[in-house]
Order: sequence, then C-alpha cells, then structure tokens
Amino acid sequence: MTHLDGNVLAGPASGLLGFDATTALGQCDSCGDVLELGQARVYGAPMGYVARCRTCDSVLVVIVESVRQRTLSTRGLRWIREGAP
Amino acid sequence: MNRSSGGWLTGTLVNAVPLTDSARSLTFRVPGWPGNDAGQHVDIRLTAPDGYQAVRSYSIATAGEGEAIELAVERLPDGEVSPFLVDELEIGDAVELRGPLGRWFVWRPEQTGPVQLVAGGSGVVPLVAMARVHTRAEALSAMQLLYSLRGPDDALYREELSAEDSKTTWHYTRIAPPGWPRMPGRLTAQDLVREALPYEDGVLTYICGPTGFVEAVAAAMIEIGHAADSIRTERFGGI
Amino acid sequence: MAIFGGRRSGHDPALPPGQHLTESFPVLSAGPTPAIDTDDWAFFISTESGKTHSWSWDEFRSLPAEDITVDIHCVTSWSKLGTSWRGVSLDTLFADVDTSRDYVMAHSYGGYTTNLPLEEILEGRAWVAFDFDGEPLDPEHGGPARLLVPHLYFWKSAKWVRGLVMHDQNDPGFWEQYGYDLHGDPWLEERYA
Repeated sequence: MTHLDGNVLAGPASGLLGFDATTALGQCDSCGDVLELGQARVYGAPMGYVARCRTCDSVLVVIVESVRQRTLSTRGLRWIREGAP
Repeated sequence: MNRSSGGWLTGTLVNAVPLTDSARSLTFRVPGWPGNDAGQHVDIRLTAPDGYQAVRSYSIATAGEGEAIELAVERLPDGEVSPFLVDELEIGDAVELRGPLGRWFVWRPEQTGPVQLVAGGSGVVPLVAMARVHTRAEALSAMQLLYSLRGPDDALYREELSAEDSKTTWHYTRIAPPGWPRMPGRLTAQDLVREALPYEDGVLTYICGPTGFVEAVAAAMIEIGHAADSIRTERFGGI
Repeated sequence: MAIFGGRRSGHDPALPPGQHLTESFPVLSAGPTPAIDTDDWAFFISTESGKTHSWSWDEFRSLPAEDITVDIHCVTSWSKLGTSWRGVSLDTLFADVDTSRDYVMAHSYGGYTTNLPLEEILEGRAWVAFDFDGEPLDPEHGGPARLLVPHLYFWKSAKWVRGLVMHDQNDPGFWEQYGYDLHGDPWLEERYA
C-alpha cells in the first residue's frame, strides 16, 4: 500500500492547530525523530488521515472528517511547533 | 501570502476552457480569497441534494493576489467528483472550497536556487503555477520542467508550455508525435540524467503526479545523485 | 445549474443506502502492509481467565474451512457484490473457548484494532479468511489472513488479523476511537459515531 504525502493534511487540519500543519514540526513520541508534518507518510484515506513517522512508522496524527465533525489526535507526537513563515 | 482559511469559502465558476478531451480549466471567483503561493491546492466540497458530500483536492494553476483562481481538472474514469467538474458544472454555479492549503510543496520567487520540475500527467498543474510565478517575477534562477505524459493529446497547457522561453522537456510514455526522436516509454534514471538538472548544492526538485510515478521518479533522482532532502513531492492517489 | 449527485444508488436493493457498486477492489489501510511469514504467523483468542487459545499457520490450515460468497460494503461508499473467499468460521475457532464476556477486540499485525460484539461474529457470520477469488489472499488485501465480517462495514474485517481479546465492554478500536461508529451496520448507515 503506497502512502500519501503529509501535504494532504493541510485541508483536513485547517483551523485545528491555528497554524499550517504541513510546515509544523513535531517529535515522534516513539522514536524521537523530529520532522515537518508535510514529510510524514499518510495512510487511511479516504476514511481518514493517519500520519506516520518516516523512521519508525508509529502513528503521529490522526484526522477523521465526517459531514458533521472533525476529530484530531496528536497523541503520537511529543510536541508540535509552528513552522517558520 | 501564507494564510490558510479555517472555513469553507464559496467559489463561483466564471470561466471554463477545455484543455484536452478529458480535462478542463476552471476559473472560480472566490470572494475573500487571501491569495495563494504557487504549488498550493484547494479542497473542493460538493453537496448533493440529500446532504451527501464529497471532498477532493485540486492543485491551483495560478498564484498571487486577487479573487480568481484557476484549477485544471482531469476526468478520472471511475471518478465521482471529476466527471461532474469536467462535464457538468456550469458558468455561474457555485462550489465550496477550502484553502489555500499546503506550504511545503511551494515555490516562491525569494528562492534563488535552480529548480527542476517533474510532472506526471495532471501533476503538471501546480508546476504550471510555479512556472507562471517564475516568469512573472522575471526570476534569474534556472527553472525547467520535465513533463511526462501518455501522448501529445494529453498535454495540459500545451501552448503555454511550448512557448519560446519556457524550458519544457516533453516525455511521452505511450504515444509519441510523428518524427519524435525517442520511443515512448516510462521515465527512467537515464532520461533524468539527460533531461534533468544535475545535482549540486542548492538545486531543488519538485515532483508531482500519481503516487507510483512520484515514488519512482524520486527514487531515480536519488539514484542519480540528488540529495533526498532536495526533493519535494506531491502525490495523488488513494482519494 | 448543474446538480451534484455522486454515484450512490438509492434504487438497487442489493446495495445498502449511500453505496455504489465498484468493479475494482480498492485498497485502504491505516498503515504500511506488514510482511508476515506464515512460519511466524499465529492466531490467538485470549479470555478473561488468562487462557489463550492459539493456532500456528499449519494448525489453522488444518481446521475445517468453508467457501463463502458475500457482498462487502466499505464505509467510503463502495460495495462489491458476490465476492468469493475461503476461510475458517469463527464458530470453529470459538468451539472450545470458554468466556462470559460479550465483546472482542480484534488485533492485527501492524497494530490495527477493531471492536465487535461476540454474538455478531458467531452463528456463521464471520471467518478468518485466507483465500480470495480462489487465490491466497494478497498482502495488500490482508494476507495471509484477515477477519471477514461482511454484514458490517468492511473496516471491521480487520486485515492481517493476529488474534481476538475478550472484552466486557464495547471498547472502541482504531477507527472507532476517532469518530467511526462502534457498530457499523451498512443497512442502517452507521458510519459515524
């Protein structure tokens, strides 16, 4: 199964973080790798967006959009930092 | 110009131009559009009378300020949204859109390094936006496009990309025009050695197209010496 | 003015509401396809007593298996009618399992989980399937073996299944945690929580 780019998170994450998701930096809680979320490997479309660490494949972020609501999980990240403008 | 909209905007179709038998350029007027960078995309949301919704992402062919944005949509054979956008949407109709989205797969004139663009099929759309911005800014840095497509009839923006000063190399995978010096075939590492900028510090490569194409080209670029972090990709597929 | 309709058919009685027929077999996974060697494969059922029943690949393949033809329905709106599988019924696997709990959590290689009521995977309603269309199940589609629970949305048919844990509550699995319906009945359009 091939994955999508972290770029695809831009729309679904729109408004959830208060800043652009694809240039945000995050640290994988599993292996400690730091990456721009635009570099994550995204699975699960179109049920949702499951962004995984490039290094260890752990789930970093999950976004599920339904007609009525959006759900966001960032539990796979130790922290998220807004990217440079 | 890097503002992302939290909500859905309304876009009204103001112009539609066929690009090929299966693709159409669509220009939407979007009040409140904050402007966008080259390489960004929008999500379009369509709602059926019974409330069913479908959302798809499309790269924007234009960039800059103003309320008008141009998309180029290719009709997918099994598509749910693309046949509607290519064949049915009429001038004056409205769609919901969200964006501009994406700041990673973006080129801005402040970037001074040489750029290689590699397009697979309709992946050329965000790269057309980059080329347009590059031209408008009269940028001095090198920017060239390698456009891989099935055959000449599939070319989007053919005239624009064939213009005197545009640096487009055409690569045909199934049908070549009469007299074409090369047999049609998939893009290989050797093609890239011949047709893409060689790697040196500061060269950036942008690859956009179907997932399989992007992965194969990115791997080949690395094989021929490009640094992995000098390659930016945008993949379609799965949606 | 053009009206968007999508492809969904409200009229074909074989299709649940909001579904359309597909001729292809789309692949949707929450993660990369795990590489599983049948030499290392095992399937387990573990109960509240601490007992774990388990089968190696050879033991599993020695169990009586059935050919099944079923319709499958993905929550993303595609359906395939008349798909052919071969697998071991959960009734066979649960034959000697002693439990008073009412729910299972299915666990897969790669970490995926999904929850099911026990009564919905017994009485001939579910299998661990290893063949599709007469061939060994492709890894992309869940091979070497996946859960097959066709009366619910297909995200409940966990790919790369490795075992079931008995739960006393209907605890949410992977997609259910993030907003998908705990039950997932396509005929009632139970897509989202």
